[in-house]
Amino acid sequence: MTYRQVVAYVRLRTLLALLGAVVLVLAGPPLLTTGSGADTGTRIPGLRFMVPNTPGGGYDITARTAARDAEDAGLTHGIEVFNLPGAGGTVGLSRLVSEHGNGKLAMSMGLGVVGAARSNHSPKTLADTTPIARLTEEQDVVVVAKDSPYRTIGELIKAWREDPGKLPVGGGSSPGGPDHLAPMLMAQAAGIAPKQVNYIPFDGGGELLASILGSKVAFGVSGVGEYLDQIRSGELRLLAVTGTERVPGLDAPTLQEAGYNVDFTNWRGIVAPPGLSDTERGKLVRLFEELHDSPQWRESMRKNGWSDAFLTGEEFGRFLAEQDRRVVSVLKELGL
Amino acid sequence: MDAFGDLLDGFGTALTPLSLLWAAIGVLLGTAIGVLPGIGPAMAVALLLPVTYGLDPTGAFIMFAGIYYGAMFGGSTTSILLNTPGESAAVVAAMEGHPMAKSGRGAQALAAAAIGHFTGGMIGTLLLVALAPAVADLAVGFGAPDYFAIMVLAFIAVTSVLGASRVRGLASLLIGLVIGLVGLDQMTGQQRLTFGSLQLADGIDVVIVAVGLFAIGEALWVAAHLRRTAAEAIPVGRPWLGRDDVRRTWKAWLRGPLIGFPFGAIPAGGAEIPTFLSYVTEKRLSKHRDDWGRGAIEGVAGPESAASAAGTLGSMLTLGLPTTAVAAVMLAAFQQYGLQPGPLLFEREPELVWGLIASLFVGMVLLLALNLPLAPLWAKLLRIPRQYLYAGILFFAAVGAYAVGGEVVDLVILLIIGLVGFGMRRYGLPVLPAVIGVILGPNAEQQLRRALQISDGSVSGLVNTPFAVAVYVIVALIVLWPLLRRVPVLRRRAG
Repeated sequence: MTYRQVVAYVRLRTLLALLGAVVLVLAGPPLLTTGSGADTGTRIPGLRFMVPNTPGGGYDITARTAARDAEDAGLTHGIEVFNLPGAGGTVGLSRLVSEHGNGKLAMSMGLGVVGAARSNHSPKTLADTTPIARLTEEQDVVVVAKDSPYRTIGELIKAWREDPGKLPVGGGSSPGGPDHLAPMLMAQAAGIAPKQVNYIPFDGGGELLASILGSKVAFGVSGVGEYLDQIRSGELRLLAVTGTERVPGLDAPTLQEAGYNVDFTNWRGIVAPPGLSDTERGKLVRLFEELHDSPQWRESMRKNGWSDAFLTGEEFGRFLAEQDRRVVSVLKELGL
Repeated sequence: MDAFGDLLDGFGTALTPLSLLWAAIGVLLGTAIGVLPGIGPAMAVALLLPVTYGLDPTGAFIMFAGIYYGAMFGGSTTSILLNTPGESAAVVAAMEGHPMAKSGRGAQALAAAAIGHFTGGMIGTLLLVALAPAVADLAVGFGAPDYFAIMVLAFIAVTSVLGASRVRGLASLLIGLVIGLVGLDQMTGQQRLTFGSLQLADGIDVVIVAVGLFAIGEALWVAAHLRRTAAEAIPVGRPWLGRDDVRRTWKAWLRGPLIGFPFGAIPAGGAEIPTFLSYVTEKRLSKHRDDWGRGAIEGVAGPESAASAAGTLGSMLTLGLPTTAVAAVMLAAFQQYGLQPGPLLFEREPELVWGLIASLFVGMVLLLALNLPLAPLWAKLLRIPRQYLYAGILFFAAVGAYAVGGEVVDLVILLIIGLVGFGMRRYGLPVLPAVIGVILGPNAEQQLRRALQISDGSVSGLVNTPFAVAVYVIVALIVLWPLLRRVPVLRRRAG
């Protein structure tokens, strides 16, 4: 090497080392602190949360918030959160079921995973898991653009009944997901065959928003949290909510009040691998009970606009089975 | 000019020492991560999301902005030097950039890309400040038929740059389209070409295809020829842009944002399409047609500028409408802090929003200051003897592919696609059309079917907007132009 080459080489190396150091300094501590939970005071050392979708998604935020709050409340420390996305959560579900007897793993999930497991014809279903707790729920909203001709839910459904094909419905999830199930249940209650519903899937509530605002779809169905701001600013007109109770602060009837027998909420919860001993299962359930009672978790729920839907163990298991039946019946009618 | 007053306040937020520190850290991290093939800006922001938990929202978002633009700058670096795009928007940079690097003009290509990103980002962000509300309306007015028309235009534009042989170019495009078919059908949930594997249900990530075809294919190709051709390192020439270079590129830099900015406002799949369109435009307008394919500097400058201009988070801030993958991740990050991006965000959190916008400018300046002096240094990477260089590329490509989903299956897919890439080189098929097919194919299909479904199956649903009709007219003109030119009347007039 000539002298200049050596200088260049050294400069390049210093530079790379510098960049490497920056990465280590910033990314290192969070990586190192997770996973080391063998200290005293830890209830479940080495507990890991699996997130079956990508960073930033709904299950991800639930899992990371729960992990952080559990640590802040001193319930346990060093919960590692990792993502295993794929096929609407089915890839993660398969992995969870294969971790038979692992008491140090829990997966955040929700109604979307129930639907994805069925519509992907996954050999593993939620019946194969150990239910731990349902944490939060969120109603879906039926919204139209501010200049839409439909002023009430009654007007909308009347027009919908006359010609379902002409009134495309947009939703933020693929077939089998929550925003797909809600309009299908609505259609059933209104006497429209689900097969006739012209459902157009979008990649999440954000992508759907443009199509509702621009009246490309006749109406949209998505989680209430997605559109709070647009509803308050008057960009979107809220026609109804899908649960059994009105949402505080929002001026819209429930579908039941409007005369359509629909009770739909999207929910999120935690399941664990199959084959756990009673002690292991009890420990996990207790961890979430204590988390649920902590001020940190209450504050997080308020900040994120989540409604409390706490349900544990056996009851949650029965709820899961009932939700699964409902998904199967809707998908069956659609021939999926 | 109320917005500019707010922007000045924003600079007040963005120029505090602490904010500058976050911006600088973000820029460095973003560049470091963007250089790795396979990890694009969206991925970088998502991966670093947990790092910012401890920060206040303003600091966190300033850092995100730095990471984002840093990753964009970094992504084109490997694309140019190693023919290994770090992310899908940097694919086009490899077309002219890599030949430049091979002929010893790597530093110039990098500088052209860096200045392109800088001007694109600057102009794009300025337009965002000036036009934010109007742009939001534009985004809302667009529907599936319009998007599909743009995709058709992009396809036609792309086929015109398929290289020497149209047939080979089309074959390559078809390979890409087939790879794009793999996965769950978005509209019905039907599995296609997944062979019952859940891992394939989400399709094959564009990044894996790009890294496989470009990096692995190239590495195998070089390895196959190492014994026949001497393993000479590539020369590194003068580090600075000559006067001739600047004369050729300044218009391209300025044209880039014109193409890129509108795309940043609408959810049409992100920054890739404007890079293709910019490349084609620059090729048509260039006075140096002979250089194209062998290292035309305009072909680096324009697309890079367009990519950065497309990446301004305008629609997300004004409407809560994520138009790119990065914007979607940022949207999630906003929600993490209990903030809901949307029409009221500007009123409710003016300090945060304008601080963020101002920090986009700050980040851009930092990046230019970082990248221009770095360009000659990066270019010296090519002095590493080829066998070591490509061993390193293989390593980083594998890391990048693994990072996308954290699954071993991805590595297997990467190798298979790498072999396909090797085969394509062996039989003279250009790889770029395949990557474009993977990017555009699924997108176009979804928009087409969405448009048809909205119109309840009627074909008229594809041409029911003035914009779509206008685009189809342009497409028709492009397709028919060779025929029209032969019409005697027109020829006389042209002559």
